[in-house]
Amino acid sequence: MTTHVLGDTGVLTGRSLTHIVRSPDTIITTTITPIALMLLFVYVLGGAIDTGSDESYVDYMLPGILLITIASGVAYTAYRLFLDLQGGIFDRFQSMPIARSSVLWAHVLTSMVANLVSVAIVIGVALIMGFRTGASVAVWLAVAGILVLFTLALTWLAVIAGLSAKTVDGASAFSYPLIFLPFISSAFVPTDSMPAPVAWFAENQPVTSIVNTIRALFAGQPVGSDIWIALAWLVGILVVAYGFAIAIYRRKLN
Amino acid sequence: MITDQALAPAIRVQGIEKSFDELHVLRGVDFDVAAGSIFALLGSNGAGKTTLIRILSTLLKADAGSATVHGVDVAAKPGDVRESISLTGQFAAVDEVLTGRENLVLIARLRHLKNPGAIADDLLARFSLTEAGGRRAATYSGGMRRRLDIAMSLIGSPSIIFLDEPTTGLDPQARIEVWQTVKGLAQGGTTVLLTTQDLDEAEHLADRIAILHQGTIIQNGTLAELKRLLPAAKVEYVEKQPSLEEVFLALVGETDSTSAASAEGESR
Repeated sequence: MTTHVLGDTGVLTGRSLTHIVRSPDTIITTTITPIALMLLFVYVLGGAIDTGSDESYVDYMLPGILLITIASGVAYTAYRLFLDLQGGIFDRFQSMPIARSSVLWAHVLTSMVANLVSVAIVIGVALIMGFRTGASVAVWLAVAGILVLFTLALTWLAVIAGLSAKTVDGASAFSYPLIFLPFISSAFVPTDSMPAPVAWFAENQPVTSIVNTIRALFAGQPVGSDIWIALAWLVGILVVAYGFAIAIYRRKLN
Repeated sequence: MITDQALAPAIRVQGIEKSFDELHVLRGVDFDVAAGSIFALLGSNGAGKTTLIRILSTLLKADAGSATVHGVDVAAKPGDVRESISLTGQFAAVDEVLTGRENLVLIARLRHLKNPGAIADDLLARFSLTEAGGRRAATYSGGMRRRLDIAMSLIGSPSIIFLDEPTTGLDPQARIEVWQTVKGLAQGGTTVLLTTQDLDEAEHLADRIAILHQGTIIQNGTLAELKRLLPAAKVEYVEKQPSLEEVFLALVGETDSTSAASAEGESR
């Protein structure tokens, strides 16, 4: 129908990136909670937590903090998509001769950029707080790859929320459980300190394998089987969320 | 595709039906719109005007019936239809974070036109928005926002424009500005299908008026034809009182629309 998918997506991505540049508070509020949590855990609670390893606590908990950053960042993706639907500009785009998928992809790409900026800010603060890693460029790229995959998977969940929400609050509420999930994982304390049923949940939910993988990469230790479990979770969530999002989008267009 | 452009209607709606669950919004709607004319779809709230506009602008699929735009079926070839139409929805669909000019450039880019900047500047001038062009649309008054909205719809010179309640919520001056714009479009050869619940608006603007009631068109004709449906006018002697609208417009004066508009915007 149209050969302008890339061009249209580029133009629309430029539009929503302008939104972020003009309201940088969306980046700031995304990073404030993770940074506050990091300060709390490192300077208040961390001293009493026995991680069972000799690495510093900020090194131990940074992977979980990065996941929390992304989980709170994608709430804005759902929010922006919802506002487009409400405001009528979505209808305007859909009644124009442009590639229809570009409207969604623009929001997805914007989400990737915004979240990676937030993650970079949080890593910057962690470095100030004493986070150190001997990671090589290749290892950094591996970590970035996992975080990109995590952002992409959660962004498609956000697209589902944005497309199906009835209210602004509803559009971003889906992210609360996602933000909470790292607390019941190996992100802040070792899972073997938890009561058996909680530990079982913590060990078998996606966050633990992702956190363990990133932690091992930063510490220069072998990632073991965790990386495959993490990738399976990420690709699985991504495929399912993408499928649902596209189905809802198609139904909305008819 | 079309053998005789002059005789073929720009829009042809035949037997369109649409239900939402148990609610039968459209129960068989038929009408034609001649090319280059202004056609008003008149109806009260909930009559199904917006549903019909959404079907014609390819945003919604009808349950039954067919609709064609320049002979092209909206359900079968929506992509082709979108090339020749433009939708101005019920709520001004402008991006509030972007400036007026950026909104216009955005649409020009999405329509793959050359010189989007020049197109934007030209439209800003045409709609008396040049001064306001560098400000975010969020700061605009209702009238300025609607002008920007209509300006965005004109980019790419679509031959058919759908206007869904274009003057709802506007003050009298802004309403007259929109009317002038719509008349200008039709004079330039654009086909305009507008919906309204304002009888005055239909009377002022439309070449033909169709009344949508309970899901069907109950009357369709020129204003003169519709007036003949009632008994002939009686001659009565009534003192000519100015309407409140005339008083209001006389009091606020024929100020330059640009300065009035930007002053209005700044006061917000």
